[in-house]
This record gives sequence, C-alpha cells and structure tokens, in this order.
Amino acid sequence: MNKIKLFLILPLIGMLSCGKAKTEDKTSGDKAAAVSVTIKGSDTVLPLAQKEAEDLMKSDAGTSVTVVGGGTGVGITALIDGTTDIAMASRDLKTEEKLKFSEAKKEIEQVVIAFDALTVIVNPANKISKLTREQLEKIFTGEIKNWKEVGGADEKIVAYSRESSSGTYEFFKEEVMAKKNYATDVLSLPATGAIVQAVGQTKGAIGYIGLAYETKEVKQLGVSYDQGKTFIEPSIESAKDKTYPISRPLFYMYDKTNAAKVKSIVDYALSEAGQKTVSDIGYIPLK
Amino acid sequence: MLSGAATSVTVILIVFFLFIEGAGVFSRKPIDDGYLLAVNATNNVKTLQPSQIKDVFDKKITNWKQLGGEDRPIVLFRTSDITEYYTEEELGPNFEYFPEKINELIEKQPGIIAFFSDKYKAEKFSGKELDIDKIKVWEFLSGEEWFPTAQPIAQMGVKPLIYGTLWVSFGAILLALPIGLAAAIYLSEIAKKRTRSLLKPLIELLAGIPSVVYGFFGLVVIVPLIQSTFNLPVGETGLAGSVVLAIMALPTIITISEDAMRNTPRAMKEASLALGASKWQTIYKVVMPYSASGITAGAILGIGRAIGETMAVLMVTGNAAVIPNTLLAPVRTIPATIAAELGEAPNGGLHYEALFALGCILFLITFGINMLVELVTNRKAHKKH
Repeated sequence: MNKIKLFLILPLIGMLSCGKAKTEDKTSGDKAAAVSVTIKGSDTVLPLAQKEAEDLMKSDAGTSVTVVGGGTGVGITALIDGTTDIAMASRDLKTEEKLKFSEAKKEIEQVVIAFDALTVIVNPANKISKLTREQLEKIFTGEIKNWKEVGGADEKIVAYSRESSSGTYEFFKEEVMAKKNYATDVLSLPATGAIVQAVGQTKGAIGYIGLAYETKEVKQLGVSYDQGKTFIEPSIESAKDKTYPISRPLFYMYDKTNAAKVKSIVDYALSEAGQKTVSDIGYIPLK
Repeated sequence: MLSGAATSVTVILIVFFLFIEGAGVFSRKPIDDGYLLAVNATNNVKTLQPSQIKDVFDKKITNWKQLGGEDRPIVLFRTSDITEYYTEEELGPNFEYFPEKINELIEKQPGIIAFFSDKYKAEKFSGKELDIDKIKVWEFLSGEEWFPTAQPIAQMGVKPLIYGTLWVSFGAILLALPIGLAAAIYLSEIAKKRTRSLLKPLIELLAGIPSVVYGFFGLVVIVPLIQSTFNLPVGETGLAGSVVLAIMALPTIITISEDAMRNTPRAMKEASLALGASKWQTIYKVVMPYSASGITAGAILGIGRAIGETMAVLMVTGNAAVIPNTLLAPVRTIPATIAAELGEAPNGGLHYEALFALGCILFLITFGINMLVELVTNRKAHKKH
C-alpha cells in the first residue's frame, strides 16, 4: 500500500517542485546551477535523511533532494543500477553486494553519519538488571521461559518484539540472536511506543527499543557479550565509545565518481547542524 | 443503472486482481529467487521439509542423523561466512574465484549445508543441490508457523492467522450482539424522546472515532484490566481484541437495528397491545420478527467491520502467530498481518503474494458469512408466507 501511495504522491511532488523551481528561476535567474539528488534505502535512516534534506533545502535553494525508503537492500541495489545518488544503509555491505559492485566496476565510498543502538528493557518491578547475549538469545528463541532460570523471580517471561517489517527486528535478530528465528509465541507490536507501554504494564515483560527512547516507565538492562565477564550499561556515552555492543553504524554510500554531486549533502550530514538533527531524531551522533 | 454496473465491474476487478496476485504464491518455492541450498555430494539426504530447514538454520537440528542421513554434525554456511574460510586475497581482487571457493568448501566439508546465490554456482559444481518443493495449497493452509521473512526458507503457514481472526471476530460478535440489540430495543421502544435524541448522536459519534484511537485506548485501558482480572502473565490477548472490536461494531449494530425496529408499523404494535399483550411480548413477538432482516443486516455489517478491522486489533492482540486455544492468549489476525507486513514486502515477491493470498482467504471468510446470513434470512422470509 505504501508503494501505491508513493506512486500517487511522487508525481504530485514532482509537479509541485517543478512549479516551484520555475517561479524561483524567474526571480533569481540562473544564479546557482540546480543540483537534484536522490537518496534511497534504509527505513531506519529515512527519518534522519528526510529531516536533514528538508533543512538543507531550506538553507540552499539550489539543491533539491528526494528521499525514498524501501530498505537497505533496495538502496544498495539502486546504487548498483545507478538509479540513486546516495544509498542509505543501516548495515555494512554484504559479501554478495561487494561482489556486485566489483562486477559493475564501481568503487563505493561509505560514510558513517550516525549510530543506532538498541536497549533491552524490562518492567521496573523486575529484579534482573543485566543479562548476557546468550541468555537474551535463549529468551527470544523460547528456550528460557521463566525469569527463575536467569536468577529472577518465579514469573513467566513475556517477550515483546517489533513487527518483522521493522529494521530493528532484523537488527536484533542478527546482532543478538545469532540469526536464529524468534519463537512463535513472541508478541509483536507495531510501534516503539506500544512496546514501552506494554513492558511498563506487564510484570514479566522484556522487549527492545532504540537507545534514544529513554523513559521512566521501563528499566534498561546491562548486557554482556563475553559470557558475563563484563556488563555494559546502555547510555549515549557507551554507545559513542563503542563499548556498548548492540549498536550499529548508519551509512550514506555513494559512487566515488559521483562524489562532487553529493558533497553538499554528505557534508551537511556531518556538520554540527546535521549532527544535532541526529540526536533530535533519536540516534547517536558521531561526536 | 450505470453506476450500478460501474460498481460491480470495479468490485469484480478488485477481486480478480486480489486472486491473481494471491494465486502467484503457489507457483513459487519458499526460497528467495535465484538462491539455492547445496550439500556435499556424499550426503544421502535428498530433500528437506521447509520446517526442517528452518530448524537446521536455527541450530535446533545439529546432526544429519536427525534428518535420516549419516552421523555427522551439520555445518552451516551462508555467503557472508566465506571470509571465515578464505581471505579476501584468496577470493581474488574482484572476487573472481568466489564460485570455485564455494565449490571447494562444499567438497571439503562433508557435513556442510550451504545457502548462496546461483550466480556463484561454479560451472563444474560438484556438490548436490537440495530439491525444494513449491508451496502447496494444503501446506499453506495447514502450516502452523508464520515466518515469511525467515532465511533461507520462508515458513508460510496461515493456520494460526485464520484461527486468530475467527476467534477474535466471534468473540467480538458474542459480546456486541446482545449489548447492541438491548441498546437498540431500549432506544426504539422504551426510551423517552429526550433521552433518545441525546443518546443516539452519542452512539453515532462512536463510529467516527479513528481505529488507532480505539487501539490505543485498548492498549492502555482494556489490556491492563484483562491482565489483572484474569491474573494473566500478559494482557494482550484475543479477548482484548474482541472487546475493542465489540465497542467498534456497536454503533453499526445499534443504529441499523434501531432504524429497523422503529420502522415497525404503529398499527401492528397497537394491535398487539390491544389484544392484551404486554410491552415485552409486543417487542419479542411483533417488533423483533418484523425487523429481523434489519437486525441481521446490522449484525453482518458489524461482523464485517470486526473481521476486517486492522489497526485496533494490531495494537491489542499481541500478534504472536500461535494457534490459540483460548481467548485469553495472544493471537495474530489476518488483517493485522497484512497491515504490519505489506509495507516492507518487496513488490511481486513471495512475501507480497503470500499476503495477497491472505487477503483472498479473508475475502472468502467474509463472503461465506454473508452467504450464510443471506440463506438464513431468505428461509425465514419464506416461512412467513
């Protein structure tokens, strides 16, 4: 449905922006050569790229930016085909994708524009304050069903996840669950807000949300990626210095031969204003 | 006449489109296009069920013995694992040795199961490709696991979704029909004119509230209430969905039934009262039978709304795709699945077509219910004459 809507809306936007460009041409003449850039890819990066593009277009009338979602894979495929200038990605290039780029004889520049981190949350009444990656994996694959088994009270574990269309669903699966599938009885909710609400009101609940959504209704857990030797508390600082393990970089990727065209956008993303947008949207800025 | 024809044509076109897209799923294999699963040539396992492949890649099955093969541990291989076996130099600067290296690896590792794109299948491929069956209609309907995005094999079992939809809808109707009828009788026969003119717009207002609002109301109010009343570990249950849907279906049922009841000719009612029947007897024996078709119409529209409702249900039922055996467990309904997943499903892909097939099933369910009700009301009408 989203796509159909997009098809309907895109021409409309196209028409509107054409009209606008024309009127501006009349007033300002051909002062600046108009640059039109397409950004496509990850839905995780989408809100950030969208906001940055809007801000950039406000300050620089000569640049027009179109941002389209669809997922990291879609963006990278479009970059290979040459149908987009910048691909948004919430993960590194896969080996298959590197292969395709080398087949197409393209050299790709990857720029990290922000970090995204997930925190594992439980109900505030829960005694548990830290878990290892292995325990999290077993909870979400359904092997551990009671808090007793990880040192908590005798209470059934109710695991919440995001819907399978969400980028965080895949991220959590790959990063925490070693690519295993979720158990069938894991509850899935359509929005981060719903997860916070549900975990806050369900005693045995566990779920995961973006690090930036700090709320008082839920308790964030420390996690360990070395079988319980060190537990790292989730915080903006630990995500920035990369000690916090459940985090991932967000990329802009572009063809090196195309660098001049996309420079203003990439520079803006890395600038102070761009990085401020990063924290406003809820991701972790680079510095 | 013209508008009627135009509507019919549009409806037929939509249904046609739905079924064309939905039927596509049965001409596909549950593996991504252009990918294959291969094992070592000496391995005597020829075919694997989708559920077995899932268990293998979830490391629940770790030995070929469990699949009827030799006693060998299973080694998993995905394309991205190649760097654990070979350095980038060994793969060549432009990965030109990639197919050979995969081939070599499959040859060397007797227990391997490899998942990779057929582009990297070497010309002299010495491994054995596993046969993967196309999705069969019966497997689609009776499968009990719904993992449409699982790698390497998608699990397409819609049984839990069908059951979830039916449980929630019937629960909603069971709650809404008695309350709705009672309210309609009260409004049309018993309430004073002033109460009626106050209550009816209020009830109609209920229909104008967006379903997301109902969903959030359900999540914040009804879910904790159910959790504490029944002392459950989790409040997101089929019952929560039923309650929210019942509230949403009420305005439809009340308004339509009430209109039908008020259409009962005054002469009939007065005749009944004149014969000495009490007010209740008149309602039960005269008003209700006279307005039966209107009440059924209200009920059908109510059920229609309940079965097709998406957003409110998505927020309160927990959406775990397990076959429910009680209303007090989380369920996942068909509309919620379509709404949650269609945005991400690549256009024309397997997942996309599977969601359209779900739409077909939903259509058939509603169609069946409508036919049934039509049949029942027709029979009643014949009896009268």
